[in-house]
Amino acid sequence: MTEHDSDHIAHIHDDLHSHLPDEPALRAKALESLLVEKGMIDSAAVDAWVDAYSEDIGPRNGGRIVARSWTNPDFKARLLENASEAIKELELEQGHLMARENTEDTHHLIVCTLCSCYPMGLLGMAPTWYKMAAYRSRAVRDPRGVLEEFGVEVSESTRVRVWDSTAELRYLVLPQRPAGTDGWDEERLASLVTRNSMIGTHRDLSDRVASAN
Amino acid sequence: MNQPDALGPLVQNDNSPVFDEGWQAQVLALAFNLVERGQFTSVEWSEALGAELEKSKQRGEPDNSQSYYQAVLTALEGLLDAKKSQHIELIDERTEAWREAYLRTPHGKPVEL
Repeated sequence: MTEHDSDHIAHIHDDLHSHLPDEPALRAKALESLLVEKGMIDSAAVDAWVDAYSEDIGPRNGGRIVARSWTNPDFKARLLENASEAIKELELEQGHLMARENTEDTHHLIVCTLCSCYPMGLLGMAPTWYKMAAYRSRAVRDPRGVLEEFGVEVSESTRVRVWDSTAELRYLVLPQRPAGTDGWDEERLASLVTRNSMIGTHRDLSDRVASAN
Repeated sequence: MNQPDALGPLVQNDNSPVFDEGWQAQVLALAFNLVERGQFTSVEWSEALGAELEKSKQRGEPDNSQSYYQAVLTALEGLLDAKKSQHIELIDERTEAWREAYLRTPHGKPVEL
């Protein structure tokens, strides 16, 4: 039998039966069905989680925090002092959280060197690159190289600080408020804030101001 | 700078979909729900996933989301196994049962065990 024939037969086979998922998909299904049967998990809760995050809830909650910190110095002070408590004012929760403020002379970058710890409740799903071994190791070894790859320019005199997230402590970067946004309300300001700016792989949000106008 | 071929390996993924396949969302959802229900702690989860990611790297597997979610699945199975959840021993058997269910179900019909 030629390779072409066997491919064709495999194709017909696929058409006759329900599409057979690959091994990890079958194992995931097996795992979920066993956990549900044993009462260890509620399948409705699993489905709700998948629905919420597959659509990618995105970074809007994080954006609200940043916008509030730009417009309310007292809130910013509370946020930098104890972020987990401060964000409750916005009816948000995120375990143990620390906020790090970018300034002219300091740039912050967040990584999880172990796995992919990330403030999902504030930023949505972590981007693919955040989970890659390349980012997890390079962010620590060569943060300026990583920033350069993302098109972030930081001068030699700007200090780059890298923060390693863990299961118990997550970080959020507060990017600098771009010029030309005086008088904007929080909602409009929040729309400027990108996911990457709150991880630290985006620094200058002024490019977003023109498109928001 | 903005030419795709000039982009580095990290930025190339900047706008990738969060999940390539449904099972990837499913295993992450299982892990988060198990942590939420106190079946294991977030620290145990993070350490188990970190260890699997390291093994994947040592084996020279590609640094991409497929390997990442495979590590999530393996970490989840390993953690449940370590917790002596008896039913986890049944996972191979149950995986086969689902495979057979897919193979015997005519196209377009709901797949049931």
